[in-house]
Amino acid sequence: MTTVRLASGLSWSRWVGIMLKEFIQLKRDRLTFGMIIGIPIVQLILFGFAINTDPKNLPATVLAADQGIYGRTVLWALRNSGYFRFEHEARNEQEADEMLARGEVQFVITVPENFSRKIARGERPPLLIEADATDPSAIGNAVTALNNIARNALARELQGTLGRLNPPPDPVELRVHRRYNPEGVTQYNIVPGLLGVILTMTMILMTGLAMTRERERGTFENLLSTPALPIEVMTGKIVPYIMIGLVQVTIVLSAAHLLFGVPLMGSIALLYLCVLLFIAANLTLGITFSSIARNQLQAMQMTFFFFLPSMLLSGFMFPFRGMPGWAQAIGSVLPLTHFLQLVRGIMLKGNVFAELWPNIWPIIVFMSAMIGIGLLVYRRTLD
Amino acid sequence: MTVDLAIDVRGLNKSFGDKHVVRDLTLQVPRGQIFGFLGPNGSGKTTSIRLLCGLLTADSGSGTCLGYDVIRESPAIKREVGYMTQRFSLWEDLSIRENLDFIARMYGMTDRRAAVNHQLDKLGLAARQHQLAGTLSGGWKQRLALAACLLHQPQLLLLDEPTAGVDPKARRDFWDEIHGLAAQGITVLVSTHYMDEAERCHKLAYIAYGRLLVTGTATEVTASQKLTGYAVTGPDLTAYAATLRGQPGVGQVSPFGSTLHVTGHDRAALEATAARLSSDSAYRWTPMAPGLEDVFIGLMQDAEDNFT
Ligand SMILES: Nc1ncnc2c1ncn2[C@@H]1O[C@H](COP(=O)(O)OP(=O)(O)O)[C@@H](O)[C@H]1O
Ligand SMILES: [Mg+2]
Repeated sequence: MTTVRLASGLSWSRWVGIMLKEFIQLKRDRLTFGMIIGIPIVQLILFGFAINTDPKNLPATVLAADQGIYGRTVLWALRNSGYFRFEHEARNEQEADEMLARGEVQFVITVPENFSRKIARGERPPLLIEADATDPSAIGNAVTALNNIARNALARELQGTLGRLNPPPDPVELRVHRRYNPEGVTQYNIVPGLLGVILTMTMILMTGLAMTRERERGTFENLLSTPALPIEVMTGKIVPYIMIGLVQVTIVLSAAHLLFGVPLMGSIALLYLCVLLFIAANLTLGITFSSIARNQLQAMQMTFFFFLPSMLLSGFMFPFRGMPGWAQAIGSVLPLTHFLQLVRGIMLKGNVFAELWPNIWPIIVFMSAMIGIGLLVYRRTLD
Repeated sequence: MTVDLAIDVRGLNKSFGDKHVVRDLTLQVPRGQIFGFLGPNGSGKTTSIRLLCGLLTADSGSGTCLGYDVIRESPAIKREVGYMTQRFSLWEDLSIRENLDFIARMYGMTDRRAAVNHQLDKLGLAARQHQLAGTLSGGWKQRLALAACLLHQPQLLLLDEPTAGVDPKARRDFWDEIHGLAAQGITVLVSTHYMDEAERCHKLAYIAYGRLLVTGTATEVTASQKLTGYAVTGPDLTAYAATLRGQPGVGQVSPFGSTLHVTGHDRAALEATAARLSSDSAYRWTPMAPGLEDVFIGLMQDAEDNFT
């Protein structure tokens, strides 16, 4: 009636069976399905629209002890730079201090008495700018811009005999080309990085849960009592998640292009190839986690334990080269670090394979190590 | 190696941490036999079954299951054993058909569709094949689980409390099916708490605190304990039972409906006590042959005294 094929090695039938089962279960799990679509969209909106590393319109107040023309010129220029938004003027020094302390303003600009007269006399009067430096990155760009704003504003006013007050030209002409992202658009940097962050989080978490779920529900015992081999279970289970990863990538890439106008300079095929590699690396890690974890909660905790350093040390949050050596060493083991280079390289720089290779092989090494560990820790028994 | 032994293990031991769960399990089960596994909760029945099918590795001991070494050849054993877990362990978010189909694929069956259809028809599940397994009642889950472990036509069935929480009619059907399978030469090892089921087994083993205490047919097991018994009827048996405990010759006192079973190993002492107490006309003492249940309750109590 029925014949049982006594296959000794790997079985295609079993592999397909495990894959199909995972697909069906995924299809019936609405919450997970929602997460797959929801996570990329929510993150894209949060990071894409909410994060700006070059903040403008910072609240400032002016303490003007002089109403002269030069003072007003400088203030106008500051406002026009877009970095500053002037709140109501402080009446005295004490009020200005309080505004800064309360966080109502981030800058207090003090125009001292006789500012304009002193300029006219060539005395180089101080223009005091107090900034709330509790968050250095929030005020960084505004402070850097200040010098130029003031100088250029006054240069126009100081014509004729007063022209001597203008500083002499620099001996060297500095030319800075901001390549690949000339306007310094934050999203150009963040949106490609988001690809990596989203994939890291969802891929590891979902596969992490996939195996521990079997254990928690007791179905693992049934799976173990069948002839299914660890490698079949591990790889069969990850295929559906590879597809999910690709769907997520497509969502993020489309949004990056449509919403933020992020360019794609390089080959899209190459991009997807790198994405596949990165997905596979994360999935093997997830499967390994789920073999170690006793339950879904532990798998979740392990995922976040890995996710945090990935976010912080990969160069997604903070500049990679700004980190101390040990942190860079840890960072360079993480697949996300290399993936960020790959994606930014392909999307913004139009890198080709040869340029990408230095960031491809570390991911392959990571993945191979994870498969090895995963097979070692996979429990073949219930011990 | 004796060819007609489906299970032949010697001195299997298993500990979890410092908890010795299975002690020196020695078991011989001939092919085609229905072997009952009895014992209180936590006595190591499930663990013993898992050792046999390779889900757990024994710390020591040796033996064969269907002619394969239990320690080294568990992949081969898995292919020919149908294991029904104590807790329902099929996938609740898969339909009945999907579950069977999955299991069939795991065993690499070539005519999967036919085998699945056959099981669905045989178990009367064909009409509900697209229902999710999680929505089935206990009895139906049990039938599905049995269908799943029969799919690949195993030589040995390991059934762990397969009828717990199932109604009497379904239990009877289930046992008819088991006997049918045994008649075809399939060996069945089944754990249970039900005495009527124990009596339907060809052979029994009683296990307590990880130790096999007795094995044999129901009659052999009953006889081996050399129990003397009385059935006592009368008013307010609960209070009466309390006064009986501790009397000379009285081993166990256990209520069975409207009678009290009083049993003991010391025949002479129990007879003397019975003679003395039955002079109180309110209570009738009738000699009876102790049944399996009396024997098992006795064994359980003795084991408690010995091992705790
Ligand atoms: N995986 C395990 N880890 C630790 N202890 C276990 C494990 N499995 C079973 N036990 C313990 O072993 C004992 C026997 O359990 P079990 O074999 O399930 O008994 P039974 O099936 O007879 O009720 C119990 O005390 C149980 O707590
Ligand atoms: Mg049990």
